[in-house]
Amino acid sequence: MTTMRQAFVETVNGEIAADPRIAVVTAVISSNEFPQENERVVDVGIREQTMVGVASGLALAGLRPVVHSYAPFLVERPYEQIKLDIGHQDVGAVFVSIGGSYDDPVWGRTHQSPGDVALFDTLPGWTVHVPGHPDEVTPLLRQALKDDNRVYVRLSLHENTQAHPVGEGFTTVRHGKRGVVLAVGPMLDRVVKAVESENADVTVLYAATVRPFDADGLRTAVQNTDHADVMVVEPYLEGTSSHLVSETLQQIPHRIRSVGVKRHAELRNYGTAEDHDAAHDLDVVGLGSAVRSFFRG
Amino acid sequence: MQRIPELFARMTGDEKHEWAAASTIDVLWVLYDKVLNVTPETADDPDRDRFLLSKGHGPMAYYAVLAEKGFIDESILDDWTSWDSPLGQHPDRVLVRGAEISSGSLGHGLPIAVGTAIGQRIAGSRGRTFVLVGDGELDEGSNHEAIAVAARLEVANLTAIVIDNQSAMHGWPGGIARRFAVEGWQTAEIDGRDHEAVFTALTAPHDRPYAVVAKIEKSR
Repeated sequence: MTTMRQAFVETVNGEIAADPRIAVVTAVISSNEFPQENERVVDVGIREQTMVGVASGLALAGLRPVVHSYAPFLVERPYEQIKLDIGHQDVGAVFVSIGGSYDDPVWGRTHQSPGDVALFDTLPGWTVHVPGHPDEVTPLLRQALKDDNRVYVRLSLHENTQAHPVGEGFTTVRHGKRGVVLAVGPMLDRVVKAVESENADVTVLYAATVRPFDADGLRTAVQNTDHADVMVVEPYLEGTSSHLVSETLQQIPHRIRSVGVKRHAELRNYGTAEDHDAAHDLDVVGLGSAVRSFFRG
Repeated sequence: MQRIPELFARMTGDEKHEWAAASTIDVLWVLYDKVLNVTPETADDPDRDRFLLSKGHGPMAYYAVLAEKGFIDESILDDWTSWDSPLGQHPDRVLVRGAEISSGSLGHGLPIAVGTAIGQRIAGSRGRTFVLVGDGELDEGSNHEAIAVAARLEVANLTAIVIDNQSAMHGWPGGIARRFAVEGWQTAEIDGRDHEAVFTALTAPHDRPYAVVAKIEKSR
């Protein structure tokens, strides 16, 4: 079974051989997955600020850098470099993280990054992909490598049982009249199970790309229901996309329920990702409870 | 060079950084007048030399030199920092013709310069990368990541110019050049006001990354 990380490595290694514009910049993590003999593969050691700075310089010199590390070290530690060396320089790059919010919680808080997408959301011009299946990674990456824009691809160990079409806005997985649930990336299977377990008559949309936000897709889905009630289920910080749902539906009275990694406390627990899902009500039981209470009546 | 102080003086209102700007003026002039292989006509040429002003504080000398060399129209100097002006107290590469990077936040230029130099090497370009940092700016840890990486990756087409006006809060025991040398850089120390010495240092051959420490009188 191919993981998202393997799909990422295979795709980049295939493309780097074919496209002289592509470069890879790492800070040790995953570096041995890429052909070190290729001069366009640059490992800077455990130096994440310089990893992003070097990527910026490569982009300024006309290359298409792929920047990769574990999520907290890719996004949080060099955040100012992402803001200034990539965004403010007005250059493009493809940032690819592994680790998700808490893919390996035995490593504790230092290796968790539920706020990554929210951080990118503070910066203009970023496309954000959150694939839910390894087969979704390759088409998203191939397109990103061809473009010149700024892209963040968030990979996870958690995935849905089957891939869905990507790159065409939100996909309708299930139709209903009581409201809309937007499931992002690897949350889809759990959302569908929760909806079915509660016999909720709701539309379920699937998003592997959350920025740009498919406002038209959400608006159309809401127009086809009897209630403008929208639940957003994201595998990262709760409420990350709520402002866009609100903006999309600003002309009509609506309700929003944001579900994601809770903001109120820092969990100092290890355990498994499933333990953390349960703690954040992101397991089927927790999601079912949210569906039941929000779509009541 | 004669007109640079006059052009410099047309930009008023940033007296706080006037000294910082004045400390770079001679090095910048020699770079653009005699060293860099770049003109307004070749500002987008992939084979050009690239100069990255990392020490973006007090860019008046930079703007004055860019104006004198024809990258920007000198008429825009007078209303710098106004709403419609492309010239701010920190340069923006999107707005300023000839500016290779946007800078202001310290410690960003040297890591970026490592990347542009590697990019030039990958492209087989004869272009070189020059980056100017301040001795106070070197306090930022990102510089020390980049100093090490440039040496390990043998980025020989990179020259870092350190304007040493002794503004680092805690100084550099043993000297700034030593900090680069210990990582494997070739180094030189010069009088940053001596144009001949600046020219000689910046055109010296080197087969590894090269740091030129340009000493300037201590800030007032």
